Amino acid sequence: MKNEMLKFITCGSVDDGKSTLIGRLLFDSKTLLEDQLQKLKEESKDSENLEFALLVDGLQSEREQGITIDVAYRFFSTDERKFIIIDTPGHEQYTRNMVTGASNADVAVLLIDARKGVLPQTKRHSYIVSLLGIRDIVLAINKMDLVEFSEERYLEICKEYRDSVVPQLPNRANFHFVPVSALKGDNIIHKSKNMEWYQGKTLIELLNDLEPFQNSNSEFVFPVQYVNRPHQDFRGFCGTVAGGNIEVGDSIVVLPSKIESKVKSIIYDNREVDSASTQMAITLTLTDEVDISRGDVITKPNHSLHISNSFKADIVWLNENGLRPEEEYIIKIYSKTANCKISVDYGIDIHTFQKVEQGGLELNDIARCTLEIDRDLVLDEYEKNRTLGSFILIDKYTNGTVGAGMVREILEKRRPKRKYTQQDIELNRFIRKFYPEWNCKNIEEDV
Amino acid sequence: MTHLKQLESESIYIIREVVAEFQNPAMLYSIGKDSSVLLHLIQKAFYPATPPFPLVHVDTKWKFREMIEFRDRRAKEVGMELIVYSNPKGEEMDISPFKHGSEVHTDIMKTQALKQMLDKYRFDAVFGGARRDEEKSRAKERIYSFRDKYHRWDPKNQRPELWNIYNGRHNEGESIRVFPLSNWTELDIWQYIHLENIPIPSLYFAKKRLVTEYRGTKILVDDDRVPEELAKKAKYEMVRFRTLGCYPLTGAINSTASTVPEIIDELLATRTSERGGRLIDSDKNASMEKKKQEGYF
Repeated sequence: MKNEMLKFITCGSVDDGKSTLIGRLLFDSKTLLEDQLQKLKEESKDSENLEFALLVDGLQSEREQGITIDVAYRFFSTDERKFIIIDTPGHEQYTRNMVTGASNADVAVLLIDARKGVLPQTKRHSYIVSLLGIRDIVLAINKMDLVEFSEERYLEICKEYRDSVVPQLPNRANFHFVPVSALKGDNIIHKSKNMEWYQGKTLIELLNDLEPFQNSNSEFVFPVQYVNRPHQDFRGFCGTVAGGNIEVGDSIVVLPSKIESKVKSIIYDNREVDSASTQMAITLTLTDEVDISRGDVITKPNHSLHISNSFKADIVWLNENGLRPEEEYIIKIYSKTANCKISVDYGIDIHTFQKVEQGGLELNDIARCTLEIDRDLVLDEYEKNRTLGSFILIDKYTNGTVGAGMVREILEKRRPKRKYTQQDIELNRFIRKFYPEWNCKNIEEDV
Repeated sequence: MTHLKQLESESIYIIREVVAEFQNPAMLYSIGKDSSVLLHLIQKAFYPATPPFPLVHVDTKWKFREMIEFRDRRAKEVGMELIVYSNPKGEEMDISPFKHGSEVHTDIMKTQALKQMLDKYRFDAVFGGARRDEEKSRAKERIYSFRDKYHRWDPKNQRPELWNIYNGRHNEGESIRVFPLSNWTELDIWQYIHLENIPIPSLYFAKKRLVTEYRGTKILVDDDRVPEELAKKAKYEMVRFRTLGCYPLTGAINSTASTVPEIIDELLATRTSERGGRLIDSDKNASMEKKKQEGYF
């Protein structure tokens, strides 16, 4: 099997025909199994017109039981690809759910009801997927059968979207428009016979062709996840390559300590390989015995990554308990955990896209914030490297995940609180001079 | 990267994350194809070292005989510690799916046994091979599934999972179940078994086997505990199993697929969902949800 994997989030309400669209994709791609199909036929009122939404819905009972349904995952394949549909049901927690779903998506499929055109929710959904850095947004103009498959109506909606939504989005993206009828199957998998005026790709052709998300920074980035030390003679640094490539013999630098070494071997797939690239889960060994632990980042000497304890980020608040600005929160960013304090610069109203003045953060709020961390982190902007630029916030009292954020701007390092005495400095000089193999950092540089 | 290699890397990432952040992890080894794939990924995650945690099997005493042989052999080959646990009270009472029914048997020998085992060994993270495509209610399952100190799943208190940043913080006594195969489908599992040549019990391959009708499915006459009236009607048929569990509760399917590629072909052609053959799932509607809340895996 040569095919890659593509994850896409579907946005829209039940009224837009989202469940019908997902059901249609599963049905037309022949993912449905006979027993599921049989059940669908029994449950549909009319066995000629199957109610595809039944395949996906069925969440009502769970809602009644009070079960949180934030994101549901469904799977189907074509000859080209494996697809994971990330579906975010529910209305009340929409921002939280969509942010959660979009964080793992390569592509977003937004549904627009052809009768209604661009609605306020279309803008909200577009804003969120753009905020999360999704670069390919598919606008599926649905229910074309209800507007007599009118080309004029389709073009009108495309124009409305381009004029009123696109210019206001926080990040650049590619927009792909396709007129469909999920209910009748037009332009989903099969080309529509009712819309011969449309020369573009069907929805599935688009999804087959779009590239999975890639970081724009192609430098080698390797956050150390786990140190594998089964015995004295082996010390492997395990992790997943979060950008770029590495080869045996390459010079590397460990951040934030800035210790340098060379790659001795790369282990992947139960054997030694010559090179490794992004997304591969590997183990590195180095030519020198250096002190590296979980949370350190290995990169190459001429890197452009930042080391700082302060940055600005867009934060989405995910919890019923709002932000308490006087409290410290735990930040988890790649494999690194630290303490941080958060202050809100301004909020963003996702209905109007306007900045609003606000001091706190409540559930579903989005705001630009300044964070101060109690130690140095290796960082990159979210647009450049998703791994080094995304984080979650954990409440110390409840252990819950209360927020999620994207690094937008890395600030000058704040002065460390620690003051060194003359004795500290002298001792540090002495050790650096006579015991260079200890790789002791220069504390005079640190102030 | 092929989708299988991508799934592999994502699963290895999850496995390493758990082992780095938890004190006392273990893998719940159920001997089936998903467990076999998970074990293979765990080995890869720590290669060249032996994975630094034990395998645990909750033995209901009604597993297929071949499963037990396979379990012991694999644990030896892999070099991981194998912990086998059965509910002593249930064993003493001779709980049987034939006599006590599947619901009682599953509760006592599986759910209760699992909780006892977790209390005894105090694992704070337990790997399992569940997948989201298995069943509608699993579609929304998290990768890290939190359990309180009574091993209950609290659906209202699950943490959102963004990107691949997992929050493993927990209080003393709380634990997580981890599902690194969440995004794999049944077809992915079989393709990967083929690609990586992963050993699985031969019960998955079609063979002439002695089977008998029981509660609408064909079950294997695996030992002399099968009630006489059932054993009397038994006859040899070309069958295989799509899932493995307790033999009286696991339906065989008629098949001639005796190699992995033939199974994949069959899967693409026959198209019924794999849990169709599990008696335990048809007990009650929405049963999976209920079982999960009670602590069933």
